[in-house]
Amino acid sequence: MSTNGSAHAIEVNDLTVAYHETPVLWDVDWAVPAGVLTAIVGPNGAGKSTLMRAVLGLVRPAAGQVLVHGRPYAEQRRLVGYVPQRGSVDWDFPTSVLDVVMMGRYGALGWLRRPGRRERELALAALRQVGMEALRERQIAQLSGGQQQRVFLARALVQDASVYLMDEPFQGVDAQTERAIVGVLQQLRAEGKTVVVVHHDLETVPEYFDEVLLLNVRRIAAGPVAQVFTEANLRRTYGGRTAAAHPLG
Amino acid sequence: MFSPSDLLFDYTLRTVALGAVALGVVSGSLGCFAVLRRQSLLGDAISHAALPGVALAFLLTGSKAPTVLLLGAALAGWLGTLAVLGITRASRVKQDSALGIVLAVFFGFGLVLLTFIQKRPDASQAGLDRFLFGQAATLLPHDVALIAGVGAAALLVTALGWKEFKLLTFDPAYAATLGLPVRALDVALTSLLVVAIVLGLQTVGVVLMSAMVVAPAAAARQWTDRMATMLLLAALFGALAGLGGAVLSATVPRLPTGPTIVLCLTALVVASLLLAPRRGVLWGALRQRRSHRRLRAGAEEGSA
Repeated sequence: MSTNGSAHAIEVNDLTVAYHETPVLWDVDWAVPAGVLTAIVGPNGAGKSTLMRAVLGLVRPAAGQVLVHGRPYAEQRRLVGYVPQRGSVDWDFPTSVLDVVMMGRYGALGWLRRPGRRERELALAALRQVGMEALRERQIAQLSGGQQQRVFLARALVQDASVYLMDEPFQGVDAQTERAIVGVLQQLRAEGKTVVVVHHDLETVPEYFDEVLLLNVRRIAAGPVAQVFTEANLRRTYGGRTAAAHPLG
Repeated sequence: MFSPSDLLFDYTLRTVALGAVALGVVSGSLGCFAVLRRQSLLGDAISHAALPGVALAFLLTGSKAPTVLLLGAALAGWLGTLAVLGITRASRVKQDSALGIVLAVFFGFGLVLLTFIQKRPDASQAGLDRFLFGQAATLLPHDVALIAGVGAAALLVTALGWKEFKLLTFDPAYAATLGLPVRALDVALTSLLVVAIVLGLQTVGVVLMSAMVVAPAAAARQWTDRMATMLLLAALFGALAGLGGAVLSATVPRLPTGPTIVLCLTALVVASLLLAPRRGVLWGALRQRRSHRRLRAGAEEGSA
């Protein structure tokens, strides 16, 4: 594992992903500079989550290559933290907030070793960072959607990764959670980490992010928000349905 | 009449009770994973798929030794699982349909083989139909030792991989991003389920075995919000039902052990669903009535 060798935290080359015969991503080239906040934006079915899952090796691409800090993802796994969509798990699972957050340490912990004091402390620190320390013993089904989202965020934080991939963390959360997530994003950037977020709310893109990838199966445009996040590019991404920066999905 | 001392001194009852309790512990705790992974039906498919394995093992080896027959059952159960996974992956058939197909095809094939075996000249020696509904009375001490030994090994594996299995159950995609070998863990966990099911075939039979896997876990889930506690409770419920079934069937003439164990489990499930604090139906209804009364009182106060 190494963070040297490339100025790019993530590099995606010629990536094509298909489910059955339908291409979901077509020949995508994309580079994420290290140390910045990047949004992935595009309509429903644009392949945003799929791109993230392909970077994480969760879907097998039909073609293409993914590098993390200059090397294949498989060698760099420990450098990448993942915040999946909240709806991807059954929250009626018999476990506590603290327990879920400690799961973020399972990879580093290794086989046969049980989480101990150190894991507990890291988890508590992460929960403090997202404003959830008081709810640490709560069963996870008794959390609101925003609180569940923050638990997932804390779980990724304890991984102490250098690149974070977050799949729609702002989806359907309360204002308090939104502020907490934004705070964490800025904290991560201050620490020199790279964060990529699948994002739906076009209005907040310029406020929250440095870079943006406009995606609709193909790469439409990518680069600094100030240059790329233009009316014309958005129209190309959303197929003209979104003149007023209010996508339906 | 049954007296508690029979458990100590009645040889047959002691053997059957020990076997049923051991089985209850193993299938109860391992069943928790199946239930939490929403694979309850997989247990049913595995147990039904095991039947042709029993018959083929007998046809090929001519042996009726439980170890041989159960190995055949395990292989067939495994093949059934692979078939479900293969169908789901390679075609657009959804998992529930794949489970149904595999269950029916394997079980049907098993019934054909059983009939074939019984029509052979040496039919009377076979007696393989005890695997259909189980015949706990045929349990011998070495069968009990097999259940306890293999079961203990399976539980040891579960304990060693506890945190990995737990994460796989809760969030497999995330487990994969942490670098856990999710495919291998999945295979291991499913194999443990196959083991738990096969161990119960002699006692409970292929038709009812999935109840031994699903019911204790379903009951245990009502009482706790911690997975470790859930496993312990499920083991306890499984053991209680095993003991209850063994004792009841020894007391009442002509009461079959396997189905009686399952009926005991059913009672435990119903009681848990009704009575468990917080999740129980009765408490829920009570809570709702209280809160309605409070709301009404509040509304009346407001209008007064």
